Amino acid sequence: MDTAATYNDKVVRQFSIMVVVWGIVGMLVGVFIAAQLIWPALNFDLPFLTYSRLRPLHTNAVIFAFGGSALIGTSYYVVQRTCHVRLAFDKLAAFTFWGWMLVIVLAAITLPLGITQSKEYAELEWPIDLLIAVVWVSYAIVFFATIAKRRVKHIYVANWFYGAFIITVAVLHIVNNLAVPVTLTKSYTIYTGVVDAMVQWWYGHNAVGFFLTAGFLGMMYYFVPKQAGRPVYSYRLSVVHFWSLIAVYMWAGPHHLHYTSLPDWAQTLGMVFSIVLLAPSWGGMINGIMTLSGAWHKLRSDPILKFMIVSLSFYGMSTFEGPMMSIRTVNALSHYTDWTIGHVHSGALGWVAMMTIGTLYSLIPRLYNRAGMYSTRLIDVHFWTSTIGVVLYAVALWVAGITQGLMWRAVNTDGTLTYSFIESLKATYPYYGLRLIGGLLFFSGMIIMAYNVWKTISGKTPVPVAVLDPA
Amino acid sequence: MDIDLFRGILTAVIFFAFIGIWVWAWSGRRKSDFEASAALPLEEDVLIHNKRENI
Repeated sequence: MDTAATYNDKVVRQFSIMVVVWGIVGMLVGVFIAAQLIWPALNFDLPFLTYSRLRPLHTNAVIFAFGGSALIGTSYYVVQRTCHVRLAFDKLAAFTFWGWMLVIVLAAITLPLGITQSKEYAELEWPIDLLIAVVWVSYAIVFFATIAKRRVKHIYVANWFYGAFIITVAVLHIVNNLAVPVTLTKSYTIYTGVVDAMVQWWYGHNAVGFFLTAGFLGMMYYFVPKQAGRPVYSYRLSVVHFWSLIAVYMWAGPHHLHYTSLPDWAQTLGMVFSIVLLAPSWGGMINGIMTLSGAWHKLRSDPILKFMIVSLSFYGMSTFEGPMMSIRTVNALSHYTDWTIGHVHSGALGWVAMMTIGTLYSLIPRLYNRAGMYSTRLIDVHFWTSTIGVVLYAVALWVAGITQGLMWRAVNTDGTLTYSFIESLKATYPYYGLRLIGGLLFFSGMIIMAYNVWKTISGKTPVPVAVLDPA
Repeated sequence: MDIDLFRGILTAVIFFAFIGIWVWAWSGRRKSDFEASAALPLEEDVLIHNKRENI
């Protein structure tokens, strides 16, 4: 058979299955280090099991292995369907899969060994960074070459978001990781002092804005309409949403450096742009949720749509919380407390993971020639474990964070601190317990998902799907 | 040109570009293109060999 007449779904299947695998691995590490915060003896006095080494393993696994596989896999699916062509360069696409998996394996080896650049979310040392750059540029070539040979005039909005995510992450990764290698496992960044800090958080916040937001908005703009069986609420709004989001996000990074030696004007700039970000973020959220208008009854019977709509609700909530926390006076209370960790997880579990899970439940049956998942009931169970898990997690860390912030800033009339640090730690303990329960619930949902996926695909031979002729 | 004047002009250019995007997106001529695009996710796959299996 002429392969140009069919879609390349093999690479999409590979990435989709690995999303579930890496989700389980990454969240298991997260649960383990949450337990370490309650019972420090759980590091067993082994260097590679210490919190300091496992925490970057957790963040890298959930963001780049779980989230990254979901983004690359779904973008390959979406770009083929919306361009009415087969993915460009089969072999290069296969290389992006195996290359990305190799990066993840190398991360899982080097981070526990303590090999790190000590840049948050950019811990991996220079040889792995080079490999990431090669894989990422290959990914860009496959994606944009597919768009270039499209047989549909207009480029669907999801591809704009995926495209912005691909280009921006390439720029962020390369600029932030410029370093002078001294040995195979050690390098020094070319930046110094406050410039290093600013480059790091320009990278760090845009990793949130483009990896964890723009990419997943691309996913949202294809799979929410698909699952709802209705076109996106307002295509015009999606155009304005795209341009305003990518224009504004780039400037929000300095809010990570309030009250540091970064110049005040830069801190204020970051704060102002973070507050402006509320507008495009909520524009996108409203566009996604309103796609269901006139079809709200579907929420009663379709747990996949429930995942997507709750995900968008968490997106709206955390994109309100984020601008608020970027205001310098609020940041004075929230920064360095567990409130930040709670905020990140309401975005990462509530928005990113739930959108990914909903999308996979919608996508996997299509990839394996099934009408639906093995069990809709289990999707519903997964939905409730995830929702309760993330709510427990976020609430626990709100209370913990505000408690810490208030205790740390409390002063006696003579100007001395009211509380010692250890007292704030004691006050945090019960909430760490609650957070562990929330994390365990979310993790157990992933196990349910793995079983459901296994039952859906085992013994099924995928069949080729024909490339659609342009309408 | 002095840097502050340049910044001012740049701000104005970007502001009008933003207004321009709104005008472009809401213009009547875009309507049919946008409707065609919005329908893309709703297309169903065509299988080469057989139909989808039921659960």
